[in-house]
Amino acid sequence: MNAMIDISKLNAWFDDNHVLKDVDISVPANGSFGLVGESGSGKSTVLRTVTGLVDDWEGNILVNNKELTGTRDKAFYRLAQMVFQDPFGSLHPRHTIDRILTEPVNIHGLGNSDARVVEALNQVGLDNSFRFRYPHQLSGGQRQRVAIARALILEPKILLLDEPTSALDVSIQAEVLNLLTRLRHDLGLTYIMVSHDLAVVAHMCDDIAIMNHGRIVERATATQLAEGKLDHPYSQQLYKAAAGYDRAVVDSFVDWD
Amino acid sequence: MSNEPLLSVKNLAITFSTPKGPVNAVRGVSFDLGRERLGIVGESGSGKSQTGRAILGLTAPNGKITADQMQFHDLDLRNLTPRAWRKVRGARISMIMQDPKYSLNPVMTIGDQIIEAYREHHKVNAKEAKRRAIEMLESVKIRDPERVFNAYPHEVSGGMGQRVMIAMMLIPDPEILIADEPTSALDVTVQLQVMAILDDLVRERGMALVFISHDLQLVSSFCDRVLVMYQGLVVEEIRASELDQAKHPYTKGLLNCLPKMDGNHAELPVLTREASWAEA
Repeated sequence: MNAMIDISKLNAWFDDNHVLKDVDISVPANGSFGLVGESGSGKSTVLRTVTGLVDDWEGNILVNNKELTGTRDKAFYRLAQMVFQDPFGSLHPRHTIDRILTEPVNIHGLGNSDARVVEALNQVGLDNSFRFRYPHQLSGGQRQRVAIARALILEPKILLLDEPTSALDVSIQAEVLNLLTRLRHDLGLTYIMVSHDLAVVAHMCDDIAIMNHGRIVERATATQLAEGKLDHPYSQQLYKAAAGYDRAVVDSFVDWD
Repeated sequence: MSNEPLLSVKNLAITFSTPKGPVNAVRGVSFDLGRERLGIVGESGSGKSQTGRAILGLTAPNGKITADQMQFHDLDLRNLTPRAWRKVRGARISMIMQDPKYSLNPVMTIGDQIIEAYREHHKVNAKEAKRRAIEMLESVKIRDPERVFNAYPHEVSGGMGQRVMIAMMLIPDPEILIADEPTSALDVTVQLQVMAILDDLVRERGMALVFISHDLQLVSSFCDRVLVMYQGLVVEEIRASELDQAKHPYTKGLLNCLPKMDGNHAELPVLTREASWAEA
């Protein structure tokens, strides 16, 4: 197996609530995997389980051929980093960008933080003038770039992206998506990207899984998705909904509760 | 569709005085609203929400509104007293906000909130008000109106909450409904279902709808006419059906930078802003 991430039979619970049901995902090195679904489908929970934010889970998660157990060690976080949805909530409001970026370097004892901060900012297309600002002095798109820089500063091989652009304007979304595509290419990164937006995932990912109620209901490649070749009625419904408002289409919707 | 306008706005400008100096949020917006669905589209900070709020007299106290005209039937909205505003707001012009979580009262049952809205404008007894409220919940396609009537806002889903908001805003039978990003917090399918409900109600009641959103694609598939705003200006007005013939580079740029489902992973075209777009 040369998969970078190999998840099999993943189940997770929030108290008595069974939120992930037999999820299997395999992502090759330098691959990009997309998880699509509506709120409560469990798509973010997959990422949160991998990164160690969910306690109650069963199954096998292999990252870089190493099986994950109870707690993640530091080496894991050098390998895999997560970028969260809300750039307003994920940056410390009273830390400067410099301090936000230096902290992970110090935790991992990498040293040479000055040069690393400059390089990370450079990688996400922010110049040095941003270094000593506070998050509130930045726009949403700039903040999300800082969040990506914070993940990149540890030189990870894997980025777990949880709706990285859904809080941004479409023009800014395009810039951040382009940045992510370029970084994957230049740095040989592996992505798992979660989004509610089929078009974003179709644009960014090679393989896509559609989730509903904690289960993967359908898998498709980007090409299949582009041609609308979806079998499961739920994924067809999502596909149609992505096309915009059409009275007749709305009437055909079924609730998947 | 476009007979005599219900609302006529000419050269609307809104300036906020802030510690860092005046901010011109809206700079000379004009439009006529008939019994139609008008979309206002723009990015954050384009002034689209402030335009909507000004029509309802909800501009924050540090904002100053000037306009050559803001005529709603025979009422001049420019200099209404707070007392006169209360007769218009809710009863004749109403608004649906973005997130039902923050716009519903968390410690009051849904039924009581709808009844409160109704009795504010209609003199009816409690029994009649309840009957109307249940009827209204049915009309926004809530399957179990009795249960929702007695529920608190946290006990219903986001889509349900937004339907409740629509019910509450429509129960006084307004002539103009302003919907400010009414579906942005919802899942795509729920979003479309809520829009279908709005669509039906607006048609049946012959209301005018102002739909404010950042999503150009969605708005154009829903509205009759779209105003595209950029930095407080309307840069383009276009019939929704002719969106593909948009002329302004900003409108085109907004459309182009959307990722498309064509299996193509190439770079997305990025919007290059030109200073001239922001010149009045």
